[in-house]
Amino acid sequence: MNILEILSYGFIQRALLAGTLIALLCSVLGVFLVLRRLSLIGDGLAHVTFGSTAIALALKLYSAMSLLVTMPIVLLASLGILKLTEKGRLSGDTAIGLVSALGISAGIILASVGGGYNVDLLSFLFGNILSIRSEEVVIAALLCLGVMLLVTLYYHELFAISFSDELAKVSGIHTSFINSILVLLTALSVVLAMKLVGIMLISSLLIVPAAGALQLARGFKACIILAALQGCSSVIIGIVISIMSNLPASASIVMVNLLFFAAACVTRRIIYPKNSN
Amino acid sequence: MPGKIVSTELLSCSYREGRVLEDVSFQVERGDYVGIVGPNGSGKSTLIKALLGLVTINKGSASLFGTPLSDFRDWHKLGYLPQSLHLVNPVFPATVHETVGLGLLSLKRFPKRLNRADHDKIGVILDELGISDLKHKLIGELSGGQLQRVLLARAIVNDPELLVLDEPTAALDPETRGRFYAMIADINRSRGVTVLLVTHDSGVIGEYASKMLYLDKKLLFYGSFDEFCCSPEMSSLFGEHSQHLMCHRH
Repeated sequence: MNILEILSYGFIQRALLAGTLIALLCSVLGVFLVLRRLSLIGDGLAHVTFGSTAIALALKLYSAMSLLVTMPIVLLASLGILKLTEKGRLSGDTAIGLVSALGISAGIILASVGGGYNVDLLSFLFGNILSIRSEEVVIAALLCLGVMLLVTLYYHELFAISFSDELAKVSGIHTSFINSILVLLTALSVVLAMKLVGIMLISSLLIVPAAGALQLARGFKACIILAALQGCSSVIIGIVISIMSNLPASASIVMVNLLFFAAACVTRRIIYPKNSN
Repeated sequence: MPGKIVSTELLSCSYREGRVLEDVSFQVERGDYVGIVGPNGSGKSTLIKALLGLVTINKGSASLFGTPLSDFRDWHKLGYLPQSLHLVNPVFPATVHETVGLGLLSLKRFPKRLNRADHDKIGVILDELGISDLKHKLIGELSGGQLQRVLLARAIVNDPELLVLDEPTAALDPETRGRFYAMIADINRSRGVTVLLVTHDSGVIGEYASKMLYLDKKLLFYGSFDEFCCSPEMSSLFGEHSQHLMCHRH
C-alpha cells in the first residue's frame, strides 16, 4: 500500500486531522506545564479520565456522548489538583498523585461492579485513533480552536507565570486565575488525547514535544513553535508508520516523538557544544 | 513631590514556625533609598514580601502610595527584583529581550500585547544598563552579574516609582556588588525612584542608602545612615568597634 492509497481512506484522514489538532494542543500546553514543573498533570488527569470513562460506560454513554460525563469530572479534578497545591500545603506532584490514585481506583471499582473490563474501557487504556468518528473530529476541531484562542489571548500571562509566579503577581497578574485556565485547558486536551494515544501514554504527548523543543529553542515563542511542530509531525509520521507496518498507532506516535527528542538532544550537542552539559 | 510611598502600622507576620515580624511601623518618603539590614532570619525578606502582597499580614496594616495593600492595583508603579538565583530556571528558554519585556505587562490591559514602542523601550533600557549585546542570549547562558542586570532591566523598564530589591547581590562577587549598588543609587538619583533594598552588607549599603532600617523581627532602628552610626542602640547591639567599622565610608 503506498502513501496516496493510505491517505485516500476516510478513517485515516479523520485520524490524521484529529491527531494533528490534539497534538497541537498538547504540545503547546506542554511547554507551559513542563516549565511550571507540572508535567505529570497529564498522567494524573488521564487516570481520572479512566475513572470517569468507567462511569460513562456504566451509564451506557459511548463515544462522543461519554464526554458529557468525562469532561466535567476531569475539569473538576484539574481544579482539585490546583487547590490542593495552593491550599493543601502539598507540592504539585503529590497533589497529582492523590487525584490520580482516586481516579484509577474509582475506575477499577466501577469496572469491576459493572462486570469487568470490556473492550470499550480497554480501548481508552491504549487509545485507538484509527477508530475516531466524524463527530469526534468536529469536537476536537472546536476545542482546538477554543483552546488556541485562549492561549493566544493569555499568552503573556502564561509566559509570566511560567517564568515566575512571584514576579507575575507583582506585575498585577491574577496568577490563580491564569493557573486555573492552564489546568482547565490541559484537562480538555487530555480528555481529547485519550482517544489518540490512550490513558497509558497521554503524558508523553504533553511532555516529549516540550522536552525536545527545550533542547533547541532560542526564545520562548520559538520553543512553543518547535514543540508544536514536533508534536504534529510525530502524530502524522506515527500514524503512517503504524498503518504501513501494522503496529499500534499510539505507541508508534510516542516512539516517533521520542526519536525527535533524541535527535534534538544530539543536534544540541553539535550546535551548542558549550551549553550541552 | 514629597509623599508617603510605603507605610506600615504595627505590621506582624507569622509562619508555622512562629512570628517572623512583630509590630513593625515605618514610613518611606518619595525619593528615599532605604537599606534594610539585619541578621539571618530577622524577617527582612518577609517584610518586603508582605509589602508586595506575597505573604499574609496577620496583624497591622501596610499601604503603598497611600492605598491600603488590599485595595492596591497600581502595580505599574512598582519594580521588583528578587534573589535571582532562586528565581531563574536555568533551562527556561526565554531570551534577554523577552525576559525584560515581561516587566511591561503591568502597564498593559487585556489582551496584553507588546507593540513596537515597547520593543524600542526594551532596547533603550538594555542600552542604558550596558547589556544590549546580550539581547538575543538565553537567560540560562548568562553569568550571575549579567543575569542580575537583566532582571534589573525587567524591574525598571516600566519606569516604576518604587523599586524593591531583595538581596539582589547575594550571588555576586564584592566588586560586582559595589558596581550594582552604585547603579541603583544612580537610578534613585537620576530617575527619582524610591528604593527599598534588602541586604546583608550593612557597611557597604551605607555608602549609597539615604536611610537604614535595622530589623530583627522587630524594628530596632530606622533613620539616616549618620544617625545609624551614632545610635547608642546600634552601638550596644554591635559594640562600638564593629559599629565604627560598619560606618567607615570608603
